[in-house]
Amino acid sequence: MSYSPLFLSLKIATIATIIVFLLGVLSARIISRRIFPGKSIVESVLLLPLVLPPTVVGFGLLYLFGVNGPIGHWLLLLFDYKVVFTWVAAVIAAIVVSFPLMYQSASAAFQNYDPNVENAALTMGASKFKVFFTISLPLAWPGLLAGLVLTFARALGEFGATLMIAGNIPGVTSTIPLAIYSAVEAGRMEQAYTWVIVIIALGFSSVLWLNWWTKRNVMSFKQNS
Amino acid sequence: MLKRLTPWFFVLLLLVSCSNEQEKEQTLTISAAASLTDAIEEITDIYEQSHNLSITLNIAGSGRLAQQIEQGAPADVFLSANQKWMDEMENKTVIDPSTRINFVTNRLVVISKKGTDPLPSIQSITQLEKNEQIALGQPGSVPAGTYTKQGLESIHLWDDLEEKMVFGNDVRQVLAYVESGNVTYGFVYGSDAASSEKVSIVSELEDDSHDAIVYPAAVVKASDHPDSARDFVDFLRSEEAQNIFSAYGFKPVEEREG
Repeated sequence: MSYSPLFLSLKIATIATIIVFLLGVLSARIISRRIFPGKSIVESVLLLPLVLPPTVVGFGLLYLFGVNGPIGHWLLLLFDYKVVFTWVAAVIAAIVVSFPLMYQSASAAFQNYDPNVENAALTMGASKFKVFFTISLPLAWPGLLAGLVLTFARALGEFGATLMIAGNIPGVTSTIPLAIYSAVEAGRMEQAYTWVIVIIALGFSSVLWLNWWTKRNVMSFKQNS
Repeated sequence: MLKRLTPWFFVLLLLVSCSNEQEKEQTLTISAAASLTDAIEEITDIYEQSHNLSITLNIAGSGRLAQQIEQGAPADVFLSANQKWMDEMENKTVIDPSTRINFVTNRLVVISKKGTDPLPSIQSITQLEKNEQIALGQPGSVPAGTYTKQGLESIHLWDDLEEKMVFGNDVRQVLAYVESGNVTYGFVYGSDAASSEKVSIVSELEDDSHDAIVYPAAVVKASDHPDSARDFVDFLRSEEAQNIFSAYGFKPVEEREG
């Protein structure tokens, strides 16, 4: 049995999580506290991948990134690069399906403290960047971290959209969920059991760690203040 | 509180009653290998009309179907694309061996997008460009993939092509990959190639490079309607059904005496 699904899963989920974290925090900070016409429509679109079946997300991505699709066609033409059936496609699928979780958590986190603390700093002459990194980010951090862990767990478990856009290529796109699927299809039950245990362990430990971290830090933060 | 829930209760009742509507007449569930899709749809249509029963088709890769049936999924007839999965079902006494027959055969071809020139030889399939890939069925579970692996190994191309491979979960997915242009070549059955107007056959794997592609059928032991199921299995070998199969690119089984 090859270990490649484990490393692939970790690689794809880690890269997707970093990108989703940056995108999610940025978009939540920009959108969540602002009031503008069509805001709820924008937010609904951002959260859409959460409620759509993965097959729909996969279909959409396949349409966009396929060699004849609007994005895939140009990538091929301009950079001679085909996205579908590569590990990059698996990262894209993981990004799209896990983004709503990060956005949702970050959005709640930025609304969870009094914006006047930021305004106070701004009036005292702090730059926007300084305010963001020394006030907004630390105050929102517990919520952001929760989003980060959920994003990682969701990216790790991504299956449907990945299968459609990245295919099932051992050593390239065959992550743990896909390896489980192939093993069950082929009747290799021991292999399926092993990967099921591995992915439960990974998912369980990330959520457990989050709970432990939240209790330790948020509680002490509240006690101190 | 209860008053507010009352209308929802009726909605629920309505939904539940809807789903029971169809179970009036006898229903046969046929679990058929994905490569049989078009032909079996036509055959079951004809059979339904002449026999006053309804047929539910469950189409997937043979390996998946075998897993489903073994785990107790409802099925009356199992149509596999290879002997391996049928043997497995027979060994696990999931099917009734006395009903087992072979009903059609097939061949393996290499397809590419419509209008592609035929390959000068199967060996030239190795000359792929950076972005080009080839698709085949997952060899562990999809019979078309198993045959393809055998064929490619016997002509010593498997190792050269391995890093270019994308595995489909059934043979129809391989066809779809090629149709969409997302992969350059695909290994499918002659019947699949014939069913699509978007692909051309560019080469083929010699019949003697892999096990004979013979489709077996059998009645599932747990069937509620074993007699109807058996009758359907027999119907697959009738002239009427065989004509439909050959129209879709399948070949008849050559009976070997003795």
